[in-house]
Amino acid sequence: MTPEYYLLLSALLFAIGAVGVLVRRNAVVVFMCIELMLNAVNLSLVTFSRIHGDLNGQVMALFVMVVAACEVVVGLAIITAIFRTRQSSSVDDANLLKY
Amino acid sequence: MTVLLAQAAPQATGAASLAWLLIALPAAGALVLFLAGRRADGWGHWLGVATVLASFAVGVSIFVETLGLAADDRLREQSLWSWMSSGALSVDFGIRLDPLSLTFVLLITGVGTLIHLYSVGYMSHDPNRRRFFAQLNLFVAAMLVLVLGNNFVMLYLGWEGVGLASYLLIGFFQDRPSAATAAKKAFIMNRVGDVGLAIAIFLLWLELGTLQYTEVFARIGEVPGGTVPAITLLLLLGACGKSGQFPLQSWLPDAMEGPTPVSALIHAATMVTAGVYLIARSSPIYDLSETGRLVVSLIGVVTLMIGAIIGCAYDDIKKVLAYSTVSQIGYMILAVGLGPAGYALGILHLLTHGFFKAGLFLGAGSVMHAMNDDVDMRRFGGLWKKMPVTFVTFGLGYLALIGFPFLSGYFSKDAIIEAAFAQEGWQGWLFGGLATLAAGLTGFYMTRLMLMTFFGEERWRQVPSTDGREYHPHESPATMTVPMVVLAFGSVFAGWILYGMLPGWLAPSVGERVEAEGGVLPHAVIPWLVVGVSLLGVLLAYLFVGRSRVPVERPQRVSPVVRAARADLGANAFNERFLERPGLRLTRFLMYVDDRGIDGLVNGTAAAFGGGSGRLRRLQTGFVRSYALSMLGGGVLIVAAMLAVRFA
Repeated sequence: MTPEYYLLLSALLFAIGAVGVLVRRNAVVVFMCIELMLNAVNLSLVTFSRIHGDLNGQVMALFVMVVAACEVVVGLAIITAIFRTRQSSSVDDANLLKY
Repeated sequence: MTVLLAQAAPQATGAASLAWLLIALPAAGALVLFLAGRRADGWGHWLGVATVLASFAVGVSIFVETLGLAADDRLREQSLWSWMSSGALSVDFGIRLDPLSLTFVLLITGVGTLIHLYSVGYMSHDPNRRRFFAQLNLFVAAMLVLVLGNNFVMLYLGWEGVGLASYLLIGFFQDRPSAATAAKKAFIMNRVGDVGLAIAIFLLWLELGTLQYTEVFARIGEVPGGTVPAITLLLLLGACGKSGQFPLQSWLPDAMEGPTPVSALIHAATMVTAGVYLIARSSPIYDLSETGRLVVSLIGVVTLMIGAIIGCAYDDIKKVLAYSTVSQIGYMILAVGLGPAGYALGILHLLTHGFFKAGLFLGAGSVMHAMNDDVDMRRFGGLWKKMPVTFVTFGLGYLALIGFPFLSGYFSKDAIIEAAFAQEGWQGWLFGGLATLAAGLTGFYMTRLMLMTFFGEERWRQVPSTDGREYHPHESPATMTVPMVVLAFGSVFAGWILYGMLPGWLAPSVGERVEAEGGVLPHAVIPWLVVGVSLLGVLLAYLFVGRSRVPVERPQRVSPVVRAARADLGANAFNERFLERPGLRLTRFLMYVDDRGIDGLVNGTAAAFGGGSGRLRRLQTGFVRSYALSMLGGGVLIVAAMLAVRFA
């Protein structure tokens, strides 16, 4: 199996994730879509690692996982806090930082 | 002797080392009075008198000491501090004591003291008397800086100082719009002349690299031929502004809006003489330029005619005297324009005129004091019985002014006319003839003034007063009459005393006087001619005014000459038509360009950025998903660009 298929899958997953971020309002779903995009990136990093025959890509993927884990912790906390105050988890309702 | 003009001067010692006090005393008086405010109301006027009197005492002691020196040693300097030093330019704050400056010091502080004293009585009812004395002191200090400075920059400092002080004093009655207008007019017309003086100073600096009198006069010969006449003419422009000479004469009569002592001090005895001082002081420069001197004499002779003609037509006692001053200063300018024959005579007339004109103004003030501040001579009449001291002192001043034989004005004016007739050819006829004619006109308008004010029927009984109170003409208090008496003595004796001494005394400053010889008329005839013409003027005035009834209302049906004279011979109309209105139009145009053009450019740029930013701001929607979209768009763009570079 050639590595290109992994890259195509990665691109597909990234696109699905991106569309999800753009079209869904529920903050939790948006978060899951971001996770999807991150995993797509991880997949392509691992694939490239394989293609080049070194470990750089895999190390990068590990970093991405760590950062993603931190992000989820902070992000979920924020979403919970927003939900508590506004009774809504829609990202469009939280537009206080406009002009 | 003229070598003294240019030699480096020794430092002042003895009484002369106190010379700085001359300026410092009145300046300190002004400072205290300005700062003390209402607290000084009770004693401020006496402080004002005392500082000028003390300054006069210092002046006298220096004068006496100087008299004891040999003529060649009479120029001394006192360098006080280095005023400014920038690159090649270095100007000291230095005092020059020589016969010319000492003469002016005595005139300024002497007459100044008398007028300060007079003002104590004259201004006794004015709630702002303290401010008045502060400004008078400031004026005296500035005038002393003008005459005592040993370089052109200090001259300019004093020049501007008296300009400021006269602006303040003319506009002293702040509740009168006419006073404010007159003050502004005086200030602006002076400024026109000052531009000339400033450019002349710049030229001297450019050519010689120094502004110290001694160095300038020593090296004036190095200046290229074409520049010297330019400098003389520019200096003359400055003199015209300050001395109310044609074409800048029309501020002086308007300046009579100030309190009368101001008219006496500034517009008779001191400030207007600054132009004469300037030309006499710059005599080494004028000696190099025939053209410059000729123009000076022409300006003088034109002005003395203008002043005399207009003086005949006014009914306002102070304005008649003001135009008389314009005319008399014309005599002085004519004299200093005649060169070595006339410098000393110009100063002589300046001194005698300082006495009798100050006396006349103070007398006019005394009359106004008695007549509820009325100035219209048609409402006076028969006052000699009511105010004998004023009448006698004023009368002596009058006789001195018209050149009655053996009074002050006779010596000085007659000598000037003789010197004018001594010129060769057309200049002799023109200068001498017009000066004689003006002497006749002086006799006419001054006699008219005397007759209308002091003689004839008591017209003030027929008319209601302008301010509603009845007229109760009375003699003025002693503080006012004493200075008038002192000045009357000066009117009688000053010319007689000074005529023989002054030219020799002034020789170290303005050069030895060259006796006028030859000329277009024999010398013996001239005094008879001048006195004859003056008496003719007196006689005509008697026929017109003394023998007939003087109408209380100003007659409207008059000859075109009188109408023109009443309109100042069109001077104001000319200024308005050709200078003021075009100037206004130019200013409006420039303001338009400034508003729409320059401000438009600057404000337009700012508005464009502001408006654009306002629109760009709308991109910040606060919606997370739209930010995500723009990030995605950006990412896609970058990837696309990289691919394009890769595969292009």
